[in-house]
Amino acid sequence: MDEPLLWERGKKGRNGMSIPESDVPVSSINENLCGEGPDFPDLSEVEVVRHYTRLSQWNFGIDTGMYPLGSCTMKYNPKINEKHAGAVEITAAHPMLDDEYCQGTLRIIYELQNYLAEITGLDVVSVQPAAGAHGELAGMLIFEAYHRSKGKKRTKILMPDTAHGTNPASAALCGYKPIPIKSGDRGILNVEQIRELMDDETAGIMITNPNTLGLFEQNIREIAEIVHDKGGLVYGDGANMNAVMGIADMKKCGVDVLHLNLHKTFSTPHGGGGPGAGPVCVIEELAKFLPAPRVEFDGEMYRLESDRPESVGRMHCFHGNYGVLVRALCYILTMGAENLKKATQYAVLNASYIKVKLKGHLHLAYDRPCMHEVVFSDKKQLEFKVTTLDIAKRLMDTGYHPPTIYFPLVVPGAIMIEPTETESLEELDTFVEVVKEIVREAETTPELLRNAPQRFKVKRLDETQAARKPCLCG
Amino acid sequence: MFDTIGVKDFDELFETVPESCRYDKKMDLPEPKTEWSLNTYMSEIRSMMEVTPDHTVLIGAGRYQHHIPATIPNIMGRSEFLTAYTPYQPEMAQGTLQGLFEYQTLTARLLGVDVANASMYDGASGLAEALLMGLRIGRKKKRVAVSTAIHPHFREVVSTYFLPTDFEVVELPFLDDGSTDLSSLADEDDLAAVALQSPNFFGVVEDMDAAVTAIHNIGALCVACFSEPMSFGLFKSPGSCGADIVCGEGQSFGMPISFGGPGLGMFGCREKFVRSMPGRLVGETKDLDGKRGFVLTLSTREQHIRREKATSNICSNQGICTLTASMYMASLGGTGLRKMARLNYDKTEYLKKGLLEAGAKGCFSAQTFNEFVVEFSNDFSLVQKKLMEKGIVAGLNLGRFYPGFENRYLFCVTETVPKEVLDIVISEVKK
Repeated sequence: MDEPLLWERGKKGRNGMSIPESDVPVSSINENLCGEGPDFPDLSEVEVVRHYTRLSQWNFGIDTGMYPLGSCTMKYNPKINEKHAGAVEITAAHPMLDDEYCQGTLRIIYELQNYLAEITGLDVVSVQPAAGAHGELAGMLIFEAYHRSKGKKRTKILMPDTAHGTNPASAALCGYKPIPIKSGDRGILNVEQIRELMDDETAGIMITNPNTLGLFEQNIREIAEIVHDKGGLVYGDGANMNAVMGIADMKKCGVDVLHLNLHKTFSTPHGGGGPGAGPVCVIEELAKFLPAPRVEFDGEMYRLESDRPESVGRMHCFHGNYGVLVRALCYILTMGAENLKKATQYAVLNASYIKVKLKGHLHLAYDRPCMHEVVFSDKKQLEFKVTTLDIAKRLMDTGYHPPTIYFPLVVPGAIMIEPTETESLEELDTFVEVVKEIVREAETTPELLRNAPQRFKVKRLDETQAARKPCLCG
Repeated sequence: MFDTIGVKDFDELFETVPESCRYDKKMDLPEPKTEWSLNTYMSEIRSMMEVTPDHTVLIGAGRYQHHIPATIPNIMGRSEFLTAYTPYQPEMAQGTLQGLFEYQTLTARLLGVDVANASMYDGASGLAEALLMGLRIGRKKKRVAVSTAIHPHFREVVSTYFLPTDFEVVELPFLDDGSTDLSSLADEDDLAAVALQSPNFFGVVEDMDAAVTAIHNIGALCVACFSEPMSFGLFKSPGSCGADIVCGEGQSFGMPISFGGPGLGMFGCREKFVRSMPGRLVGETKDLDGKRGFVLTLSTREQHIRREKATSNICSNQGICTLTASMYMASLGGTGLRKMARLNYDKTEYLKKGLLEAGAKGCFSAQTFNEFVVEFSNDFSLVQKKLMEKGIVAGLNLGRFYPGFENRYLFCVTETVPKEVLDIVISEVKK
């Protein structure tokens, strides 16, 4: 069944929620400033509820099925975390209250700051950034503040070609010109290349580790030494932290600043695009530059720190996406050290299993030990004129969300699979069989793939038309 | 699985992680909790809250306590919405995408602009992005101006975003009536954008018609921000007054305060600036059979395509919060929003008048909405303490935001506060 747009429904005068009766007199108002009010449709409660229930049925979430979207860490989101984020003492807490009145909400921030430091191996954390890219921006602001404090602005930053698109964009916001670095033929960074490019005009390097090919940057320590020797800093994009919890120590890797995506590694739901949270973690030497305020504990009271003059400042009106922070703390508390490490081990085990099982069927971009995700491509299917997009759309018809496609850019026609640790062996086996069947179909009945998907409310959508003649508003 | 992969254990699975990079101890974290022990632990933390849900908090300042109908958490908690990722595969995300398209439309109507995006992180970062967008449009210009009557935290975030740039932010003072003083603009000719908040931090409704004229007269763009969208049920929307970019905080529309987040950065602009706009956009299109559908579009502005040349680095938006806001707008409807805004207004005016009669000094004479500032001659903190004992958090002291405002307090009233509570505050001040 189709569902009309909100304003194609309803009737003037209907109302979908109760409005309290007024218990005060009507006051006068400056009519010159008044307007007509917006042209919203008037709907009844049941109309609104049915509208959104129908919409929800056209969606696919991690609760619906396996969601192996590479680089996005779509693991199961435990329901208990929702309950605690939604507890009324938390949701009613006002961020402008004096510290003494909100010790509970401050303590949650304080504990999370400490645990995230412990998990990454870094020293000090700010939870203010509201998403991964916001955390990157915080990191780049810290780079900039650090170099300014040393008395010299730097103008460039080293940027591997496997970086997420947000990396160069975040660096550019801070005035840095990204210097692209090609990954070597093994899919990881080449030390000599860094040695050649790193100079005292360069602020440092942004490294995603494991990188977006799912490979651990084995030379990271040597690279970090080269960068540090030239007075630069090392940024770690922690979007792929799910691959290395309890396995790699970011400080020992030589990372100075790292952001985490709580909506990936720490299992908070993605909400169809957000809200996320992107805490930024640093070594002690850079703590003074972190966004302010952080929460401190003086032995008796949790307090918002008030005086850190070298801080890059505030990045969010209050404490970032607080509700997301509560969920992440609950996740850490229920997992503990052992299970977080186990989550990482299973995530890598599952990805390695899929790599081996699908290797003969899809082209494997780099046949090396992978971490939490593995990158294939459509190279073998192109001879049947079947593309990555066709494979992805066909997968939808079989009840799976497709992997990330056409990323990373270094692999043409990339198919990037990240199963995560929360899929069982049976689920992985079924997925593998389904992909193999699609690969067979690509040879025998390619039109099945080209015409996919068939089982959804809409068939393949015309994205070119949408961009050429944008209709952004109804 | 080890056999299939060809490794003997987990150690071998992680062989590419060099010894020197290894986490060589056990992470020092509390022992894992069961669901039940987590409940106990979190309940202990919650009991540390001195101000509880039973308190009436007469503070707004960027986050507002409004009623949230039971339908919203119920429907927005559906895991089809909550556990989906960004709608990169549109055919299996039409729920999110149609929801975002409706959000963009209702938001554009609310703000009086041609186009709204699918949200920014919050009102404060939205303002910073709006000013950077103004500078992109203004090309050679290097300066922007912001009113000091804009929320102090919004201005702090702007400073953060501008710190590494060579752009300059000029501050505009406010007049005795609490509205922004635009008289200094006449001497300016190189401002790319001028930002005002309405209602501003003091609750004062700015005369946006006059402001837009003054700003356009010097060839600058008008950036209008807000923290209380409820006001547009009653007062003119910034876009209808001619503002070029409109941005602000949408938490009031169906989201709990939740210690300040997640909220919602609403963001819109005039049609001709859409390609300079940051953030995701959803557009209408057709499928192979000609049937209506929705997709993410104009992504050539965005970081995953344009990388360092993108309009912003933003990737995640506030997803479920946008759907929450449109469900709230749809539940209230046009008629309901007007009624609700009026109710908020009348209640606030009731407290304002009552406090003035009780001896408080009015600070700003201009029209206000939901919030207002009063000054007390004696030490009001004693009265505040007494009211706190009665479960009422009475106002926010402005001393830490504005020097010289040590005796001034910002009050906020919404539809959730009954008259009896307001009467208690008034009578306590009278004593």
